[in-house]
Amino acid sequence: MKENPNPLSFQARINPDDFLPASNEEKQSLVIMRESVSFWKDGVRRFRKNKVAMVSLVIVIIIMLFSFVVPAFYPYSYEQQIRGSEHLAPMEYSEEEQARMDNGEHVFPHILGTDKHGRDYAIRVMMGSRVSLIVGLVAAAIILIVGSVFGSIAAFFGGWVDIIMMRIVDIIYTIPDILLIVLLSFALKAPLEQLSQAPGFGWIQVLGRNLISIFIVFALLYWGGMARMVRSQILTLKESEYVTAARALGASNARIIKKHLLTNCIGTLIVTTTLQIPSSIFTESFLSFLGIGVAVPMPSLGSLASDAINGFNTFPYLLFIPAVLISLIILSFNLLGDGLRDAFDPKMKN
Amino acid sequence: MVKYILKRLGMAVVTVWLVATLTFFLMNMVPGGPFLSEKAVSPKALKALEAKYGLDKPLFEQYLTYMGDAVHGDFGDSLKQRGRTVSGIITSKFPVSARLGGMAVLVAFCIGVPLGCISALNRGKIGDNIIIVIATCGIAVPSFVICTMLMYVFGVRLGWLPTLGLSTWKHYIMPVLALAFYPTAYITRLMRSSMLDVLGQDYMRTAKAKGLNQMVSLFKHALRNAILPIVTYMGPLLAYTVTGSFIVEKIFTIPGLGSEFIGSITNRDYTVIMGTTIFLATLMVFMNVVVDIVYKLVDPRIKLK
Amino acid sequence: MSEYLVNIEHERLSFFTPAGEVKALNDVSLHVSEGEVLGIVGESGSGKSVTAYSLMGLTAHPGKLLGGTLDFNGHRINDMSEKEMQKLRGNEVAIIFQDPMTSLNPVYTIGNQIREVLKLHTDKTKSEIQARAIELLELVGINEPEKRLKQYPHELSGGMRQRVMIAIALACEPKLLIADEPTTALDVTIQAQILELMMELKDKLGMAILMITHDLGVVASMCDHIAVMYAGNIVEYGTTDDIFYAPKHEYTKGLIRSIPRMDSKEHERLVPIEGTPVDLLNPPKGCPFASRCDSCMQICLREKAPVTFFSDVHYTSCWMNQKAELEGGSKK
Repeated sequence: MKENPNPLSFQARINPDDFLPASNEEKQSLVIMRESVSFWKDGVRRFRKNKVAMVSLVIVIIIMLFSFVVPAFYPYSYEQQIRGSEHLAPMEYSEEEQARMDNGEHVFPHILGTDKHGRDYAIRVMMGSRVSLIVGLVAAAIILIVGSVFGSIAAFFGGWVDIIMMRIVDIIYTIPDILLIVLLSFALKAPLEQLSQAPGFGWIQVLGRNLISIFIVFALLYWGGMARMVRSQILTLKESEYVTAARALGASNARIIKKHLLTNCIGTLIVTTTLQIPSSIFTESFLSFLGIGVAVPMPSLGSLASDAINGFNTFPYLLFIPAVLISLIILSFNLLGDGLRDAFDPKMKN
Repeated sequence: MVKYILKRLGMAVVTVWLVATLTFFLMNMVPGGPFLSEKAVSPKALKALEAKYGLDKPLFEQYLTYMGDAVHGDFGDSLKQRGRTVSGIITSKFPVSARLGGMAVLVAFCIGVPLGCISALNRGKIGDNIIIVIATCGIAVPSFVICTMLMYVFGVRLGWLPTLGLSTWKHYIMPVLALAFYPTAYITRLMRSSMLDVLGQDYMRTAKAKGLNQMVSLFKHALRNAILPIVTYMGPLLAYTVTGSFIVEKIFTIPGLGSEFIGSITNRDYTVIMGTTIFLATLMVFMNVVVDIVYKLVDPRIKLK
Repeated sequence: MSEYLVNIEHERLSFFTPAGEVKALNDVSLHVSEGEVLGIVGESGSGKSVTAYSLMGLTAHPGKLLGGTLDFNGHRINDMSEKEMQKLRGNEVAIIFQDPMTSLNPVYTIGNQIREVLKLHTDKTKSEIQARAIELLELVGINEPEKRLKQYPHELSGGMRQRVMIAIALACEPKLLIADEPTTALDVTIQAQILELMMELKDKLGMAILMITHDLGVVASMCDHIAVMYAGNIVEYGTTDDIFYAPKHEYTKGLIRSIPRMDSKEHERLVPIEGTPVDLLNPPKGCPFASRCDSCMQICLREKAPVTFFSDVHYTSCWMNQKAELEGGSKK
């Protein structure tokens, strides 16, 4: 019925030495443990395995190189208007430049052509990406700080403090944001101009008044989502049993916050912040498109696209280039954020 | 249930009132005024204009007067468009935006939900990857880019669709597509992750163990649970979309509420700003109440308190 | 072959995860006769649930049956299409899961979820189905069945929900009931009630039960036969008495030693099994229990032990038995 092994065949095959006890070392050598990896190492390993996220990271780095490093070596500047070179197609030279080249002079090509004021478009696109990236990064940082401070205060104190603070978030959500943005940019005009005259605040002029007011708008309006997320995270963590366990073992508040709350929140925080970058870039391009973004002659990708719309039947590439670039930047940051979430959000394992 | 709805509506009124108050004072605190931009206005004429609309009175008095009138449904006359009432402007512009927005939300829902489901069911396969890539691109492309691309391809290059105005059904296609683009992509992503979550639940295993076929267990057991996050998203989405997108209305020159609102803000048309803001806030808050009630209908675990 | 209700022979099953092939089942053979209660005991990850799920065609996504045959009630499960399996599930073979809190769909009433199975597998009329649903709830000891049918899962306690799960499982009077740790998630007092209910229903309906558990107390009181699983292998199989009073595998012995006993002497300590289970991504080539075994020998490190039979229904694979045979001369 069952393959009943013939004992004799075993005796023939088996050497009595085989039945000697095995030592502990020999036994342990069998245990092939999967190397135990820390949360971070494990996350990094998973992230590096994620091809899409790695490609996005590379794209983000390349775009950053082009917007922060390359302009320093570029032969044209973003505000320099070259007479006679208006509306050149990509790689086209104006008559004057052609003449100079015939004289043996080297003229750097207009890789992406020029705009209607004769400004080299490639450098403008690079500067535009720089502005968009700065907006994205700074705004995300501001939102991270304001949102997490607000959210953690609400969660920490709880009770009516929490209720009032969360109602404030609701109300800010309900007011049409475009109204607040426009009003704020009007309201901030005069004070910022005054401030930029004051000693020590000259940098406001450099950055551009509008850029500053965009940051302030972000700081005032868009932290609601972050605050809600941080609050709910902390509330769940506060209730979780390992925190109770840590408290029961006599851990101090500081230790609980540092060791348990922070380490558990930080993955989600990083992910949310990364995903905030594209949405800030998105909003900035929208504002620039409306004409309340960065100040001329400083370009942003949104304002470049907006400027190009008027003539886009004749010069469609002037629109396509910044449009594609905005989409590419937002896409890469989104995919990067998704990759980070898959790698670092403990709840997303499996 | 009735008690709950009444309570929520009461809270909604408070929220709208807070929003209106905040907007009123913020608007007035900002330097400049409705009549400053007009060139040929002498100081005397300015005074007269301000007196006519009561703008010379103390701010708090203006506030009380406005709120008193607003409670009675009188939102005043437009400061800039002579002879038109704010209510008149809203009732003439809102239906245009609402029709476009409503269609866009419908399109987004009808495409996004099935796509998300298909994607989740084919997790990791080629179809899933294609859908994810398209959806992620969809949330990455700003609406003005979509609008101009659509216009360039279908309006200018191919000449299939008219580009300006809203006179025939053909005029609706591009603006609706442009409006629906982002929410479709977003709903697809949301639906996919929610569906994946539900498919991993124990009760789906129970459904299979009962001998249900995949279609029944999908439609009966998974969909109703997976749709919950979409319901939450639909409320604010609907409120935002039916009030009109400035960008879409500007590019396709559609006379909707969105462009009206932006115009009023840049012109400092105080009464129109206030009227539209109150309208938008009311719609938003009302939608949230509706969402909560729908949520309760779909998910019996939710207790309305 | 057909003398058994369930006959699994040499089943091999692996999960193909991104990290590699996890060999969940390595040559598992077992059988259940009609009306018999077979307990499968083992620690988490030993393959108990995987074995049972594969019998119902419920193997989760990256899992793949690599070899062996599964027979149930005259059907060859290996060859059956998904459609044919659907006719079997919930009808001839039913299952109760570990966690009643999550196994019922939260958005449908209890009644809806019970009627669903009846609609699927019987051609009763609406009123007959309703009557049967009420009868089922009474059968599993739920009072006020009409009222309960209209309630949602979240309105019931854990024990109640498990009773509902049992009602759903028994709706079509299956030949085999698979109980996957049915009491693990319940309070101790409720556990006893549920087990008692299951035994009572078994006697009433005459079905066979495949009881998966890591609780030796549960198997001792309920089962006719016990299969002890370790790392995807059945290391010992026997009647309940064989396993408890004459365990032959070192792992089984360890398990029995780790149960508290009423008759133990004062201050006698329980003996835990040291070490951790093997990693099924890299199973050792010798005996899987070798690294934790106190009596581990040289050969255990290198080779899997052959099966030794002590009676027709009691067998084990442990080299210690070979050693005994060698020393004491051939028994047969």
